[in-house]
Amino acid sequence: MSTTTARDLTSPAPAKASQARPRRGLRGNATLNFWLFTGPFLIGLVIFVFVPIGWSLWLSFFDARFTVTPSNFIGFDNYKTVLSDPNFTGSLVTFTVFAAFIVPTTWALSLGLALLVHRLTFMRAFFRSVFFLPTACSYVAASLIWKMSIFNGVRFGLANTVLGWFGVDQVAWLADPSPPWYWLVIVTLRLWLQAGFYMILFLAALQNIPSELYEAAAIDGAKPGWQTFRYITLPQLRATSTAVILLLLVAAYQAFDEFFNLMGKATWGQPPLVILYKTAIGVNQDYGQGSAGAVILTLLICIVTLFQGKIMGFGRGEESK
Amino acid sequence: MSAQSNTSWNRRSILRAAAGLAVAAPLAACGSNNGRGGGSGSGKQLVQYFHAYGEAGVEQAVKRYAKAYTKANVSTQWITGSNFENKLFPALLTKQAPDVFEFHPQIQLIKSGQVADLTDIIDPVKDDFNPADIKSHTVDGKIYGVRMIDDPQFFFYRKSMLEKANVAVPTTLDELIEAAAKLTTSKVKGLFLGNDLTAIQNNLIWSAGADTLDEKNQIAYHTDGVIEGLTKLRKLFTSGNLLLDAPADFWDPSALNQGLCAIQWGGMWGMPATQAALGDDFGVFPFPKIGSSGKQSVYNGGWSMFVNAKGDNVEAAKEYVKWLWIDQKQYQEDFATSYGFHIPPRASIAAQATKLKSGAAADGVKLFNTYGHFDNIGWTQAMITAFNDVIANTVRKNGDPKSALDTCDTKVNRELKKLFG
Repeated sequence: MSTTTARDLTSPAPAKASQARPRRGLRGNATLNFWLFTGPFLIGLVIFVFVPIGWSLWLSFFDARFTVTPSNFIGFDNYKTVLSDPNFTGSLVTFTVFAAFIVPTTWALSLGLALLVHRLTFMRAFFRSVFFLPTACSYVAASLIWKMSIFNGVRFGLANTVLGWFGVDQVAWLADPSPPWYWLVIVTLRLWLQAGFYMILFLAALQNIPSELYEAAAIDGAKPGWQTFRYITLPQLRATSTAVILLLLVAAYQAFDEFFNLMGKATWGQPPLVILYKTAIGVNQDYGQGSAGAVILTLLICIVTLFQGKIMGFGRGEESK
Repeated sequence: MSAQSNTSWNRRSILRAAAGLAVAAPLAACGSNNGRGGGSGSGKQLVQYFHAYGEAGVEQAVKRYAKAYTKANVSTQWITGSNFENKLFPALLTKQAPDVFEFHPQIQLIKSGQVADLTDIIDPVKDDFNPADIKSHTVDGKIYGVRMIDDPQFFFYRKSMLEKANVAVPTTLDELIEAAAKLTTSKVKGLFLGNDLTAIQNNLIWSAGADTLDEKNQIAYHTDGVIEGLTKLRKLFTSGNLLLDAPADFWDPSALNQGLCAIQWGGMWGMPATQAALGDDFGVFPFPKIGSSGKQSVYNGGWSMFVNAKGDNVEAAKEYVKWLWIDQKQYQEDFATSYGFHIPPRASIAAQATKLKSGAAADGVKLFNTYGHFDNIGWTQAMITAFNDVIANTVRKNGDPKSALDTCDTKVNRELKKLFG
């Protein structure tokens, strides 16, 4: 017993001995952990993003019709063809106009909705839900509702019915490019689908503005309403506004579903993605031309993004401002 | 000690399993859903692609035929929406490609080696097929598809509405424009040509006395007659007498059946629905002639069955196509006449199709035989799309027809050069 006690007193504590052992397995191997958790996603990124981008670049120099493994090298011919296609070049202008309009409009509408529901004292949850719910609707489903029920060209379409009450003849909203009523259909659809999401972002930002600021402003004589909004609310929303504008620009770049479903075989009102889809994935199956267009579009997006970053200072540290 | 050891082992096992799943799940998701049914039957697994037919019962019929085939498990992908081509063509480049699919004869499918030569299965019954259908599927003496149905397209009109407005059945484009004006009221538009007007683009060419391509596979559509037709269609488009943006497009007869228009471009497949809605109060007539050198025309569309030449089961697929679309005459007649009306491409089946022998259906068959123009296998989807743009830019957008046709020529010539050198 005493021997045992003596040995216990002189031997190191088991816990200490355990700490001294080199750490093994998942807890000990940081490199293994890194690859274990990032590896699958890295593999996915390489397979589904980097390989297609590289392959697309390669395809753009080949005559790749009805094949993605072509052998006929044609240099820059696909680029020349795409850049001489009035549908593609026209779509770049269309996109620019669309983005220039839809970004500020959605920004203003979502901010307006946020201000509205922020100040509500009754049925607040209901109205927040009403404005947010369209976000859950798919672009395709919404496009079909807009096209077939609200803005169809027959007398019992919702829009034409309302116009009929005022004696206005039925309007072909999407078939006729002059006047360009199709923009009304596209813009209302996009606003309906998107405004609720950005409203939530603004709402969160509004709730984060300290009430002391408004109290201090009131003491200093600021009038509630426009003056408070102009000099307190809007500056406090600067970071959120920047993020919203960036997200809206990205969404505008990605415009596809509603244009594809609403405009059909029109040659106007087509963003570049729709043109490229029809060239490459659609009936023409020209992966060479489609890839060349994708490369051109990617370069343009990079230029615009860099330009936007320069203007808005997005990603720049506070100290460098 | 042993207990501690077990605990440690279990934790590691769980983590390893989780990590394994994390790796395996995205890879597994890469594509097992190829549409092949997990059928319990023996034999090959075949997949067939069909576009969605609008008539009730067609999908069930196609699946019923497939189920009756005993030498392979045939699963059907019924592709809804109006972009069947957009799903079929990319699929043909992948391992998930269908073994058998329906489409129209297109030479680029042959040039790119995507469809198998079916000459050996058609040859024994070749003489029983409509010769124009055989011709439209033949390249260098080989036949690349089995015609399932012929679908003539022409105008449907409400007899009572024309009588009330004292309008005769139009035989020229000028008369059609005039008729549309007389038939238009506050509630009914005179004419419906489809929502984007591209449905009648081939007839515009044929009725102006031109053709898409000539015998030497050179451009034949760029004529003064076609320019005249485009100019007149623009006048019609802006007249306010044309139904535009209808909820359903030309392939659905509901615009006429619901009284939205007095005359509608449509296909013979819609005839049973129109008969059900209007009884005998409707007739059919061909696309009217344009200019002095034009003549009336009917587009003989239709669908054909092709075998994916790059698939793993080419022989089994050919065997299935032979069984269904050559041997099983009762299914072919059922498919052609029990749902929408189509003309069977086999003379022996057409001869016994009693539903097509009277009334408007018989008139439709007569128009098919008198004014019909069949698919030109050299007029490819890219060329069709190029002419879609002509319709969009001239008729709907008021562009200059000559310059629009020049632009179309550039695209079509580029395509012709790639196909024929």
